[in-house]
Amino acid sequence: MKKLANIFLAGIIIISLSGCSWNDPESVANDGVFRIAMVPDMGGVNDQSFNQSALEGLYELRDETGAQISYVESKQFSDFALNLDKLADGPSDLIIGVGNVLSDAIEEVSARNLDKNFAIVDYSFGEDIANNVTGIVFRAQEGAFLVGYIAGMTTKTNKVGFVGGIKNVIIDQFQYGFEAGVLYASKERKVPIKVINQYAESFADAAKGKAIASRMYSDGCDIVFHAAGGVGYGVIEAAKESGKFVIGVDRDQSYLAPDNVLTSSVKNVGTAVKLVAKELMNGNKIGGKNYEFGLSEHCVGIPENHKNMPEFVYNKALTLSKQVETGQITVPYDEESFENYKSSIDN
Amino acid sequence: MLSSIISIVNTTLMYSAPLIFGAMSGVVSENAGVVNVGIEGIMTFGAFVGAAVGFYTQDPWLGLLSGSLAGVILAVLHALASVSFKADQTISGMALNFIGPGLSLFLCRLLFNNKTTTTRVANKLPKIFNVVDVSVLLALLITIFLWFILYKTKWGLRIRSVGEHPAAADTLGINVTKVRYMSVIISGLLAGAGGAAMTLGVVSQFTPTAISGQGFIALAAVIFGKWTPQGAYGACLLFAVAQALSVTFGGGRIDIPSEFLSMLPYVLTIVVLILFVGRSMAPSANGKPYKKGKR
Repeated sequence: MKKLANIFLAGIIIISLSGCSWNDPESVANDGVFRIAMVPDMGGVNDQSFNQSALEGLYELRDETGAQISYVESKQFSDFALNLDKLADGPSDLIIGVGNVLSDAIEEVSARNLDKNFAIVDYSFGEDIANNVTGIVFRAQEGAFLVGYIAGMTTKTNKVGFVGGIKNVIIDQFQYGFEAGVLYASKERKVPIKVINQYAESFADAAKGKAIASRMYSDGCDIVFHAAGGVGYGVIEAAKESGKFVIGVDRDQSYLAPDNVLTSSVKNVGTAVKLVAKELMNGNKIGGKNYEFGLSEHCVGIPENHKNMPEFVYNKALTLSKQVETGQITVPYDEESFENYKSSIDN
Repeated sequence: MLSSIISIVNTTLMYSAPLIFGAMSGVVSENAGVVNVGIEGIMTFGAFVGAAVGFYTQDPWLGLLSGSLAGVILAVLHALASVSFKADQTISGMALNFIGPGLSLFLCRLLFNNKTTTTRVANKLPKIFNVVDVSVLLALLITIFLWFILYKTKWGLRIRSVGEHPAAADTLGINVTKVRYMSVIISGLLAGAGGAAMTLGVVSQFTPTAISGQGFIALAAVIFGKWTPQGAYGACLLFAVAQALSVTFGGGRIDIPSEFLSMLPYVLTIVVLILFVGRSMAPSANGKPYKKGKR
């Protein structure tokens, strides 16, 4: 009896480990249909964040061109390569990994499948990029710059906060872009504005996000910007409880707290993925290149919804956006470029 | 200075409440001799059901109740496997850690338009004097109640005797299976409530990362607290204080890298464990399925 129960339990574990959804693309190729397959990161395709955005972009492409879309979700990190391999064995013309956690898997699988095109979102292989791989990266600092400017123009206490998940190049873009925007507003208003940066060292712990943001609010910050994934739910909760403003990330997060979300630093992964896929569909070579998308490609930015800020601030942010697009303002993305920016603006 | 102290106290209380529920869940079941490593999974399921029911009924108390009952459902599975079928308790507990999140996400997508997060609840659990979550008070009351039951009543004696020496308890006419079932069910009730306290108190919706390790920390707190309710309560508070310190003094307020500050809760726990807690003794029959007539 005991043995039987053990076997039963082991079975449950095995089933739940291997339980990944699998939308099988039809295995007949050479029918003129362009096929795109996508592997989202652990968030899955309904993460209400960038995986979902990527899939929505692909669905738009399908509706416009008749391309066939499929995706495979992963249950754990080790499934990434496995799922990419599965797709590479199928008839897909382009296989997209969403999220920089897939970079190793893409590198590995693309080396085995030189006849297939691969793309990765949020990661650049730089100069060493393989001939069949395309990097898709964002100038997220440009969106963060705009929300930083809005925060700097809206703050009454002249103190704002930034909550990061775990420090990396992507989160740096948000932090330094935001700080640059705040600084820009502070020069315009001719008052010093303090930015408090704090990292949760997690992308999951909502309680910690809430604690950090509550601390910032009680410390005198009246606006907090977060780029911290699941930690952000706690940050938004703290804003709601304290009746203060919060700035969302990746998509318009105002649906989470309509009266407290000032604006959001949006990253339209879908638009970028669509642009890259279209290039390939039009017969252009995309392999071996890294594409960078920002305000000028409408891949980052702020949502139209701006009911919590004065009209003139929103309009000024749009003007600023144009200046970034035309290259009049170059937004810093890491500590070094931020220091340079600071000294250039001081003069 | 004052604002730092307030921040530390607030964060400690907020952080500790779900942990304490989880730890009490472990205390009950392990005192009856059933190891429950599935607290994390049960908490996740409780968090989902609590948030979902809280959203549909707009009543957070009903949500909390449903979250607890959801915990019971998973706990019954655990009891079935580990008490009735005498399976390895660690394995069946681990199974819960897969079933809990899996089932939550599956049901979430089913009920919430294919999304992995629930819609925010309209009403959260109330706060006492508008400052402290009501779950903080509940956690304290449950700890006191549990201490009273375990050490001052005959039911408590039965639970502990079943965990120490089930054969002796059986000879004296105690129904070992029944006592263990009851304990595991109460364990599920508490863990489910802990999860719901997270999604109805700390935040106000279920997300895939709503429970991120709290169940495992609670499990450690049980051992740290030597399997007593009061000890485990203290362990949870200690962990939460350390977390609060790292939050309050993080963000460049003192000159220690954020990574090191974030290690504080774990490092402090290990240091206190080594220096002050000393040898901890698990209930003798903890983790061993009871077979009648076996010596």
